[in-house]
Amino acid sequence: MAIKVSGKVWKFGNDINTDLMDPGFARAGGWEMTRKYILHIHPKFNAEVKAGDFIVGGRNYGCGSSRETAPSNLKRLGIGAVIGESFGRIFFRNCIAVALPILQCPGVAELFHEGDMAELDLVNAVIKNLTTGKEKKGMPLSEEMLTMISKGGIIEILKETMK
Amino acid sequence: MGMTMAEKILARASGKKEAKAGEYVTANVDMIMMHDGFGSVSTVLENTGITRVFDPDKIVVLLDHQVPPGSLVGAELYRRVRNAVKKFQIKNWYDWKAGICHQIMPEKGHVLPGSLIIGTDSHTTTYGALGAAATGMGFSDAAYAVTTGKQWFLVPETVKFVLKGKFPPRVMSKDALLYLAGKYTAEVAQYKAVEFSGPGAKEMSLSSRMTMSNMGVEIGAKFAFFEADEKTLAFLKGRVNKPVSKFGPDPDAVYEKVYEVDLSALEPQVAFPHTVDNVRPISQVGDVRIDQVFLGSCTNARLEDLQIAAEILKGKKIHPDVRMIVTPASMEVYREAMHGGLFDVFIDAGAIIQNPTCGACQGVHTGLLAPGERCISSTNRNFKGRMGSPESEVYLASPATVAASAIAGKIADPRKV
Repeated sequence: MAIKVSGKVWKFGNDINTDLMDPGFARAGGWEMTRKYILHIHPKFNAEVKAGDFIVGGRNYGCGSSRETAPSNLKRLGIGAVIGESFGRIFFRNCIAVALPILQCPGVAELFHEGDMAELDLVNAVIKNLTTGKEKKGMPLSEEMLTMISKGGIIEILKETMK
Repeated sequence: MGMTMAEKILARASGKKEAKAGEYVTANVDMIMMHDGFGSVSTVLENTGITRVFDPDKIVVLLDHQVPPGSLVGAELYRRVRNAVKKFQIKNWYDWKAGICHQIMPEKGHVLPGSLIIGTDSHTTTYGALGAAATGMGFSDAAYAVTTGKQWFLVPETVKFVLKGKFPPRVMSKDALLYLAGKYTAEVAQYKAVEFSGPGAKEMSLSSRMTMSNMGVEIGAKFAFFEADEKTLAFLKGRVNKPVSKFGPDPDAVYEKVYEVDLSALEPQVAFPHTVDNVRPISQVGDVRIDQVFLGSCTNARLEDLQIAAEILKGKKIHPDVRMIVTPASMEVYREAMHGGLFDVFIDAGAIIQNPTCGACQGVHTGLLAPGERCISSTNRNFKGRMGSPESEVYLASPATVAASAIAGKIADPRKV
């Protein structure tokens, strides 16, 4: 199994909560309005994000609610991977459940400037800055988690179980 | 070597003699709680071709997040949930007649000490107040558990908070939790279980314990336990028809870290925007004018919370520039508050009273904030845009502080009213 992805980096600070990735106030307007407000605290992200881009967050990224729409909205935008100094537990678990590559890597915030190109080797938990050539090792996922991501999420596993 | 509460429960639920922090287990869950999230869960089940749940007795479904819906999106979601409840023959179904999920689960006897519970809501940690290992998950994880009865867990390390001393008057368990968040950050228990123990924990009412366990997730916790003791059993009496017993950690359990907190030294605390750990004691709050006051949510809308607010508001009027919303956590609380005369106090003071719902706490319906407005709230999150406009501000505090602030029109010390 090899899960390697690369993309352009968008940087975020500490304590980016799940409400920012799926704002309650925008729900009444459906995806169109939600799309407009995903991570709206960043001045450019929303308008300029492209499929394959990475998010590099600070500490406690994804703190807050259990809304799986936080990672699935990111997937819908085409985000290729989320890397952070540390993560809110449910967000981390939800990323694995929906097969959005995620890596906890202390020190990653200083490895990147916004706009740098990044490459993630998820199996070996290595995140590399292709712009500067520097890399860091993060905390490896368990084999079960990697399997879940490579198969497309826990629902795909469930389908196999039900056969 | 002894086990923590988390280790004991995960060992039992995964059919093992022992479970140690750091190990992965596949465990049988004892109960699954789903609120509005069942709409998404049931869609996943239908798309996967699943027609039945693993055990109808072990599933609770209710509606609480937008009761009654204020948008078509909400109305359609609720219709989907109601249809799915029939289709999957859910037995423990409360519709929107009972109240907020985290109040209803204990009230209706679905939380047993020592059990393993998952819910489609981050504040599922609330049931730790009754000695249950309870945690929030997303709807895909919930769909897996609803079908198979199982889920994977990383056995967490446990952090212990030893609570000593007695609260001064009008200082509440909410203040204790906010104090911990402020002092040790919102990550003090990231990925970990918490055990609140010591004489201060024993002394606390079930209601106060639930507030702390509820906000356990705001300091990162996966589970947030109190020991199940005489008070827990007294609460459960008449609510469950199964034998229940006390539950706690082994005396020689190993903790990652132990913190001591002197409750008698605490003053009321306020979390400033936009993080839960941006906390100041009331003496250092300064002059913060407010527009809205919210007394509600799974954190602090039980009878004890409404009582202390009413005690402060009795015979007084809320400030003319302030509006106050009271939303009891459940119909049981609503009825008790109504019969206890609390509604008269709130109405006389100028507040409005709503049916039980998550409501204003999460900015979907019933009381959104306009740009530039400020709210002091008895809820659990003050994230940017949480209660409405991204340009509004939310300050978190206890029911006592919230009530005192309503009168003053600015954040105020409940001990000085």
